[in-house]
Amino acid sequence: MTDFLNALVILANFILVPGLAYGSQLALGALGVTLVYGVLRFSNFAHGETMAFGTMLVILVTWMLQGAGASFGPLPTALLALPIGIAGAVVLCLVTDRLVYRYYRRQRASSVIYLIVSVGVMFVYNGLIRFVIGPRDQNFTDGQRFIMKAREFKNMTGLNEGLAIKTTQAVTLGTAVVTVGIVFWFLNKTRTGKSMRAFSDNEDLALLSGINPDRVVMIAWIMTAALATIAGTLYGLDKSFKPFVYLQLLLPIFAAAIVGGVGNPLGAIAGGFVIAFSELFVTFAYKRVVTYMVPESMAPEGLVQILSTDYKFAVSFMILVIVLLVKPTGIFSGKSL
Amino acid sequence: MTMSGRNIGLFALMALLLMSVGFIQSWDVSLTLLNLCIISAIMALGVNIQWGYAGLFNVGTMGFAALGGLAAMLVSVPPVTAAWEAGGAGVVGGIVAAVVTVIAGMYAWRKTADMGRSRYWVTGLVVLVGYVVLRSLIDPAVSAIEKVDATKAGYLGGFGLPIIFSWLVGGVFAAGAAWVVGRISLGLRSDYLAIATLGISEIIIYMLKFEDWLTRGVKNVAGLPRPVPYEVDLNESAGFQSWATGMGLEVETASSILVKLCYAGLFSIVLLVVLYLSEVALRSPWGRMMRAIRDNETAAAAMGKNVTSRHLQVFILGSAVIGVAGAMLTTLDGQFTPTTYQPLRFTFLIWVMVIVGGSGNNWGAVLGGFVIWFFWIEAEPIGHWLMSTLTSGMEEGHWLRLHLIESAAHMRLLTMGLVLLLVLRFAPRGLIPEVKR
Amino acid sequence: MSFLVGENMVCGYGGADILHGCTVGVDPGEIAVVVGPNGAGKSTAMKAMFGMLDLKEGQVLLEGEDITGLKPQERVLRGMGFVPQNHNVFTGMTVEENLEMGAFIRRDDIAATMEQVYGLFPILKEKRKQPAGELSGGQRQQVAVGRALMTQPKILMLDEPTAGVSPIVMDELFDRIIEVAQTGIAILMVEQNAKQALNIADRGFVLVQGRNAYTDTGAALMADPEVRRAFLGG
Repeated sequence: MTDFLNALVILANFILVPGLAYGSQLALGALGVTLVYGVLRFSNFAHGETMAFGTMLVILVTWMLQGAGASFGPLPTALLALPIGIAGAVVLCLVTDRLVYRYYRRQRASSVIYLIVSVGVMFVYNGLIRFVIGPRDQNFTDGQRFIMKAREFKNMTGLNEGLAIKTTQAVTLGTAVVTVGIVFWFLNKTRTGKSMRAFSDNEDLALLSGINPDRVVMIAWIMTAALATIAGTLYGLDKSFKPFVYLQLLLPIFAAAIVGGVGNPLGAIAGGFVIAFSELFVTFAYKRVVTYMVPESMAPEGLVQILSTDYKFAVSFMILVIVLLVKPTGIFSGKSL
Repeated sequence: MTMSGRNIGLFALMALLLMSVGFIQSWDVSLTLLNLCIISAIMALGVNIQWGYAGLFNVGTMGFAALGGLAAMLVSVPPVTAAWEAGGAGVVGGIVAAVVTVIAGMYAWRKTADMGRSRYWVTGLVVLVGYVVLRSLIDPAVSAIEKVDATKAGYLGGFGLPIIFSWLVGGVFAAGAAWVVGRISLGLRSDYLAIATLGISEIIIYMLKFEDWLTRGVKNVAGLPRPVPYEVDLNESAGFQSWATGMGLEVETASSILVKLCYAGLFSIVLLVVLYLSEVALRSPWGRMMRAIRDNETAAAAMGKNVTSRHLQVFILGSAVIGVAGAMLTTLDGQFTPTTYQPLRFTFLIWVMVIVGGSGNNWGAVLGGFVIWFFWIEAEPIGHWLMSTLTSGMEEGHWLRLHLIESAAHMRLLTMGLVLLLVLRFAPRGLIPEVKR
Repeated sequence: MSFLVGENMVCGYGGADILHGCTVGVDPGEIAVVVGPNGAGKSTAMKAMFGMLDLKEGQVLLEGEDITGLKPQERVLRGMGFVPQNHNVFTGMTVEENLEMGAFIRRDDIAATMEQVYGLFPILKEKRKQPAGELSGGQRQQVAVGRALMTQPKILMLDEPTAGVSPIVMDELFDRIIEVAQTGIAILMVEQNAKQALNIADRGFVLVQGRNAYTDTGAALMADPEVRRAFLGG
C-alpha cells in the first residue's frame, strides 16, 4: 500500500503538478492564437515573440522594482510588473496592426499572405527583443521558492517520496484560472464580447448588424497581447526567460490550438492541457514508479521512458499529425469564438 | 529565354558588387561570398518552386537543408566497421521494425473503420507494440555504437563514397520528408502546411543533434572528403608552384583561390541545371496548370484538376532542390555541424530572398539569393561601422555604447524582418516580377 | 413615389452588368415581391438596394432622401433590415444572443422588442438557450427574420426566405411575414416560389434579364395570362 502511494506521489510530483502549470501556460498561449484566428483569420506566427516581448518588459520593470526595494511578499515581484508589461505588449500589437496588418485587411488578402507577414513581424520582434535584452538567459523569479518542500511532505506523510510545489507553479495555475475566467466572462456575458463572437462566427452578418469591425479587431489584439504577456511571464517565472525558447513554444501552442479546434477558446484550453500532459507522460522515466509497483526481482534496468526528454517538442508535433490525420477540425470542432 | 535590359543590368550590378569586394577586401572573400550566393540561389529556387509556382508556404526550409547536410555526411565519410559490428544489426532491425510498425498501423487503421471508438485503441496498441519492439532492438545497439571509440567515432559512419553523390541523395532525403509532411497537411487549410513544416524542421534538427549513433550529434563530423583538390596538396605540388609563380601570384593565395573557383564551377553547373529545369517546367503545360491552381484553386478543382496531388508534387520537388543545396553547403563547409541550422539563417533568409527577388520568377529568386546573401554577410561590417560611428561621441566605456555595439549583430534580424515587410507591402512583385503569360 | 425605391438601377459584379435599369419599391404595411427566372437579377437588386453593391447608374431613395452612397450599416441605422439568403444566423451563438446581436446598434432597452419577436415566433422563446446552428431550417429562418426585426426596422428586406424549407414551413413563414407587415413594416422580398409569394403580395415585380418585365399588384399579376404562362407554370 505504501509502495502504491509512493508511486502515486512520484507521478503527482513529476507529472501532475508540472503538467498543470505547463498546461496553463500553453492554454493561455493557445487562447491568444485562437482569438487572433477567430477574428483576423490567420495563424499568428508572431505570437511566441509577442509573449517574449511582453515578458521582457515585465522583466525590465521587475528589475526596476527590485532595485527600488519593492517586493510582493512571498509572491514574485513580476506579478506587480505584469500590468505594465501587458500595456507595452498591447501598444506593440496595436501599432503592428495599424502599420502592417490593417493594410492587408483592407486588401482582403489571402490567409497565406497574412502568414508570411506574421513571420516577418516575428523576426522584427525577435530582433527588437535581442537588441534590448540580449539573447541570454535571464532570471527574474523572487519571493518564496516553495509552497511545499519535498522534505516537509515526507515528514508530514512518512512516505519515501516527496511532493514539492513551487510558488511559481501555484501562481501559474491561480493566474491562469483568473485570466481564463475573465476571458470567458467577457466573451459570453458582455455586449462587446458577444459582438466578437458574432464577428468570428459570421463576419458578413456581423457587419449587417452594425458591429464595427475595427473595434472588434482592436479588442482582439488587446486581449491577445494581454494573454501573451501573462502566458510568457508565467512560463518565464516557472522555467526561465530565454528569447529563443518562445519561438520553440510556438509549435506546442499551435498544436494546442489545433487539437482543441482553431477558433474555439474552450478547445484551446483543453488543447493546452492535452499537449502539456502528453509531453510529460511520454518523456517521463517511469523506472521508479515501476520499481514501487512490481516485486523487487522484476525491477526494470532501463529508464522505462517512451521518448527521451530531448524530444519533448516532437510530442506536440506527433499529436498535431494525429489530429490532422484523424480529425483536422480538432476535438471540439473549430471556428467559433 | 529572353531577358529585359533591366534584368541583365541588375545581374551585372550584382557581379560588380562581388568584384568590388574582390578589389577592396580580397578575392578570397569575394569567392567565398560567390559560392554561398550560388547555394543560396539554389535554395531560393526551391522555395520559389513551392511559393512562386503553387503558393505553398513552407516554414521548414531549415529542416530540408539539414537533411541535405546529413546526406553529405552519410555518403562521404567511411563506415566505422567496429561500430557496425557492435550495433549495426540492432539498428537495421530497429529500422525494419519502424517500417513494419508504420505499415501495420496503417493497415490496422484501414481495417477497423467500422469499429467505432475501439478503432483508436486497436491502432494505438499495434503502434505501441511495434514501438516497444523497435526500442528493444535499437536501444542496446545505440549504446554499443556510441561506446566505440567515442572520442573519434561513436557513430556508424557513412558509406565512403565520393561526396558529390550526396547532392542527389540529399535531394532524395528532403523529398522523402516532404512527401510525409505533404501527405499529412496538404489539402487542409494553408496554415496547417506552414505549422507542420515548422514542426518537422524542428524535429529533424533535434534528431540530428541528439541521435549520436547516426550523426555524432553536437560533437560534429569534421573533415568530410572534398570533391576538389586540397590547398595543402596544391601548395606542395611542384607543377602548381611553378604555374602560380609564372602567373605572378603567391602560391598560398593562388591555391586558395583555385580551390574556391573549382567549387564555384561545380556549384554553377548545378545552379544552371536547376534553373534550366525550373524554367522549362514553368513554361510547360504543367507549369501553366500549377499557376492556374495557385491563382484560383476552386476553379481549377472544378475543372477536374486534382489540386492536392499537384500541390504534393510541387512541394516534393521544391523540397528536393532545397535538400540538394543543403548537401552542397555541407560539402563546401567540409564538416557537418547540426547546431548551425538556425531558422533565421535557413528558413527566414531564404524567404526574404524569394520575396525580394520576385516570387514566381526563377531569375528573380536567383538574383534575390545573391543580393540578400551578399548584404547579409556585408551587413555585419557595415552595421558595426555604423554603430561605432553613431556612438563615437559617447564616452569610451559608456554602457549604452557598449550595448549598442554588442547588439549590432541583432540588427540584422530586425533589418531583414523590415525588408521583408516593406517589400511585401510596397513592392510585392519583387526585383524581377513574375511574367504573366 | 414609394417609401423605399431603387430607381433605374444598373450594376453588376466586376465585369458584365446584371441589372440594366430596373426599378423596385415598397410602401409601409405593404408586401412587395420580386420574382423572375434564374439569373434575372432578383438577389442582385436586393443587394444593390441595401448598399452591398455599388450602383453604376440610378439611385436608392428612402422617404424621398437619396441614400445611394450609404454603407449597409448606415442603412441599418436609417431603419432598414436585411435577411440574407445564406449564412443568415450566428450558428455558434444561442437564439437569444442572435437576437441581441441583431439589436447591436441600439443603445436602449431591447427587452420589449425581444418579447415581440418571441410573440411572433413562439418556438424561438422555447429554444432561446440553444445554439442557432442546431435548429431546423425553418426555425433558423425564423431566427434570421427575428434578428433583423430587433432593430425595429421600418423596412424588412428578405432574400429568398423560403429557400430550402418544406412547403408546410413555407406557408407558416409567409403567415408570419404577413403578420409582420400588419404591424406597419414595409416588406420587400425576393422569392423563388413565385405563385405562393404573389398570393400574399400587395405589389409584384417580375424581372427578366435585369429589367422590369411586369409590375402590378400581386392579384393582377396572378390574373395576367401572359405572366401565368411565362413565369407561373400555367
